[in-house]
Amino acid sequence: MSGGHRLSTGGVIDRSQTLRFRFDGRDYAGHPGDTLASALLASGVRVFGRSFKYHRTRGLLAAGVEEPSALVGAGEGGRFEPNTRATDLHLYDGLVSESQNRWPSLDLDVGAVNQWIAPFIPAGFYYKTFLGPPALWKLYEHVIRAAAGLGRPPQLPDPDRYERRAAFCDVLVVGAGPAGLSAALAAARSGARVALVDLDRRLGGSLLGDPVTIDGQPAKDWIDAAEAELRTRDVRILTRTTAIGYYDHNMVYLAQRVVEPGARTGTDGISQRMWRMRAGRVILAQGAIERPLPFEDNDRPGVMLSGAVRTYLDRFGVAAGERFVLATSGDDAYRTAVRLCDAGLRVDAVLDSRPSEAIDPALLRRARDRCPVETGVRPLRAIGTPRGVTGLEVRAASGTVKYVADVVAVSGGLTPSVHLHMQAGGGLDWDEGRGVFTPTAPRQGQVSVGACAGRFQLADALSDAWRAGLDAAAATGGKPVADTPPRSETWAFADQASAFVPAPGVNPKKVFVDPQNDVTLGDLDLAWREGYRSVEHQKRYTTLGMATDQGKTSNLIGLARLAENEGRPAPQVGLTTFRPPFIPTTLGLWAGEDAGFHVTPLRRTPLYDLHAAFDPPWQAVGYWRRPRAYLRAGETLATAALREARMVRTTVGITDVSTLGKFEVSGPDAAALLERVCATSVSKLAVGRGRYTFMLREDGLVNDDGTVWRLGEDRFLLTSSTGGADRMAGLISYARNVLYPDLRVGAANVQEHYAAIAVAGPRARAVIAAVVEGMVPPRHMSLDRGVVAGVPVLVIAASYSGERAFEVYAPSHQAVAVWTALAEAAEAQEGGLYGLEALEILRVEKGHVETGGEIDGRTSAHDLRLEKMLNPRGGYMGQLAQQRPAFADPDRLQFVGLESLGGPIPEGSMLVERPGFAVQGHVTAAGIRVLEEGFVGLALLKGGRARLGDELLAWSPTRTASARVRVSEPVFHDPAGDRYRD
Amino acid sequence: MMLIPCPHCGPRAHAEFTFDRPVEAITRPDETPDALVRNLFSRDNPRGPSRELWRHTYGCRSWITLTRDTATHAITDVRPVGADA
Repeated sequence: MSGGHRLSTGGVIDRSQTLRFRFDGRDYAGHPGDTLASALLASGVRVFGRSFKYHRTRGLLAAGVEEPSALVGAGEGGRFEPNTRATDLHLYDGLVSESQNRWPSLDLDVGAVNQWIAPFIPAGFYYKTFLGPPALWKLYEHVIRAAAGLGRPPQLPDPDRYERRAAFCDVLVVGAGPAGLSAALAAARSGARVALVDLDRRLGGSLLGDPVTIDGQPAKDWIDAAEAELRTRDVRILTRTTAIGYYDHNMVYLAQRVVEPGARTGTDGISQRMWRMRAGRVILAQGAIERPLPFEDNDRPGVMLSGAVRTYLDRFGVAAGERFVLATSGDDAYRTAVRLCDAGLRVDAVLDSRPSEAIDPALLRRARDRCPVETGVRPLRAIGTPRGVTGLEVRAASGTVKYVADVVAVSGGLTPSVHLHMQAGGGLDWDEGRGVFTPTAPRQGQVSVGACAGRFQLADALSDAWRAGLDAAAATGGKPVADTPPRSETWAFADQASAFVPAPGVNPKKVFVDPQNDVTLGDLDLAWREGYRSVEHQKRYTTLGMATDQGKTSNLIGLARLAENEGRPAPQVGLTTFRPPFIPTTLGLWAGEDAGFHVTPLRRTPLYDLHAAFDPPWQAVGYWRRPRAYLRAGETLATAALREARMVRTTVGITDVSTLGKFEVSGPDAAALLERVCATSVSKLAVGRGRYTFMLREDGLVNDDGTVWRLGEDRFLLTSSTGGADRMAGLISYARNVLYPDLRVGAANVQEHYAAIAVAGPRARAVIAAVVEGMVPPRHMSLDRGVVAGVPVLVIAASYSGERAFEVYAPSHQAVAVWTALAEAAEAQEGGLYGLEALEILRVEKGHVETGGEIDGRTSAHDLRLEKMLNPRGGYMGQLAQQRPAFADPDRLQFVGLESLGGPIPEGSMLVERPGFAVQGHVTAAGIRVLEEGFVGLALLKGGRARLGDELLAWSPTRTASARVRVSEPVFHDPAGDRYRD
Repeated sequence: MMLIPCPHCGPRAHAEFTFDRPVEAITRPDETPDALVRNLFSRDNPRGPSRELWRHTYGCRSWITLTRDTATHAITDVRPVGADA
């Protein structure tokens, strides 16, 4: 039987130990040091999954993080993680994994029928097919959603923790291959604080298992010595850590896998950790990614990258198959061929597309000593079945030749990994001869070394990186050492040559470029013919490079095809933008600890615990929580709210209004500052008096409203809405510090210094008189000071509910005693507590505007009937802008009341003549008459002030509810204010 | 994430700061209506240096002005508000 198998020797794995794991319900075994991919390959598994669109079988293409095809789900229950690359999943005992995109099983897959209808699902299929009337979209959506997406999301809550950490260093080295280790050694010896990260589990990168020597030592020994030295020099070494994003000012995000995907966490419960590393200098040593060759059916299982075949052999001791054919456009495949032959494996041919005179004779000789080499041959098609490749058909000078093989190793050239360099704002040079983009013009001082800089020779990488390490250390205050850089022989075969164009006669519709998204050369040609000629358009239209691998192996091939179609050189066609993250990340990693209760902060008023004792339904108001009502047995929220509102209208109620914004403004110019912040007059207020006020934005629209109180000649208290409090704090600070720094005034945000308790109702005076020692309750819009339960309080008389009302301000830490005294006194007056719902019912009936309701960021003072209160002396913020004629246009949405001619007015409904007619306005608040029958509401209505008495329909198709309404003045209760004025 | 040198606190992470507006958008009540509309609604959107008002909201809370290159995010000339030449 053909297939991969484990060799008895070789590789950096521990054959003395066995790890057991499951894949698609079957048991397998591997060794420490294996990836899931290498362990399955060693067990003879060839098919790892099916493709996204055509459901073609797919095997391993690569051995690293660039793998586009072998995606698996790992773990069980809440730890399940989909779309994990089998090549980037280090084996652990008990791993449970499954293939993706197949139903019911990998061998028998219903969706595979898609490949027979492939001619009918070309590039841009969705855009072309799912046209037509919007109603049909409801049908399409089900089809698309069922077919779309890779893997499946976990179905249970994640039991693990995710952590964020901030860190900094002088020199960050990304990648711990030969270049990265060399750079880290140079920087650390020069005294820099160094961090070294690598996405692999161990250091060494491409050196792992490589028989090369460095400084006369086997690579393995050199790696171990380097790691030991780095540790003694306090280098922060993070393995299984991927630099996923390079942001501004040398901020690099590092995604660390504390445990493997799906694995049980340790005692700290942490699964993954996100590091935000701020570095003085960044050295990028990420290596290069090999590209496949374009030929028909090049996606068959068993078609693998040449470098990957070598990695499985050298690092994991796994023969990827039994009979190998290598197709190449450059030297890399020769390295693989030599390694395979030296391991005793059968190599039927190295098939080089170059003519023999273009190949180094020494190289040819060394390969031909071991296996046949044919030059000037180009691959036409892979022969095989869905179970895998069985051979390769090539065009040679003599004609078409077929080779038998169960592994076709391909090498179409190397692509330097310039992702982070580009994220950091760098530029690229195009090397036409070798067909590579190399990094240039670093914007943030980042340096690329080794293969990611296009320096593929080991000796070059080591010495370049060494110099970069010394320079980075010097730039961050270190003292470069005079030691010599690590030395090595050059890799015998490392010349780069790229092949992007398939042989003549190859059908481009069968040549896969992006195997994960099933994008073929034919799709790219079609998109080009249809006019998608920018590289960004080609990407979106064909989905090339939009899969979870983000086109690591395919983007350059697509670019070359576009350049060829365009007849322009590749650099002129340009590349798509490199965006973070470099590899797919879990959402948990980004959320960190901000999950569950910690998603948002919770702000508690000083009286929170007293409310919580009632277990009330809460209303989130910004980060605050306020009780909606204090329900009694048998009550619904609606009946409780109405009872509480009636209580306020008939006896007395108290409610917690501590969330309101509060600002203390003091100094000789306090009134002057307030008259710039507030649109009403302030300076004429007598000491001990207060007034309603509102503020404008600079564009003239209403910003917020509140009250302003003159506590002393030079001292004021300004209140604002709960939701607007933070905005107002910023506005006051801006006015004070930026606009009017010369005013002699201080403004303090005292929102949380004071609790505020509203006492409202016909018996409010009695409550105040009973509780505040010796106080004659102040007149409406006046204030007084007193003591409640030994606590000094400020009592202001203002009414939001439309009843006689007071607000009692007490220091937050003493507020509980004040609330308790007020609540007892209210009960003695047959009153009690009321919540936010009753507050809303009361204010709607009274017709007060509310920030977030009628003050919605689009209404002017005129719209809200506040224009008469504008300070005639001007000078306030927004004055100039609010005078623009359009703000007084009679056709604007204006504040009106609505009286229902039937049942309840639906919240948020639109105002129309009849269903389906033009929308003339909308309901901003719906309410109910408290003591009388009927339903009322507040609305913004086009030209509303001139339309009193009009009848309209308040229509809410989303709630399938409506009510006939009559437009009225927006005040339904005590229009003259007789109930609270003195 | 940018590193912003607060004139009071030294280099701090961007997350501690709030962008407020370009300096030219600091409008005053005594402006002409034309200037106001231009500064509020028709500002330049420069590719290159931009003089901006920021606040160290989650730090010392002071207002600062700085020059930020909108193409490269290079930050130069940071000073307390009002200290402009």
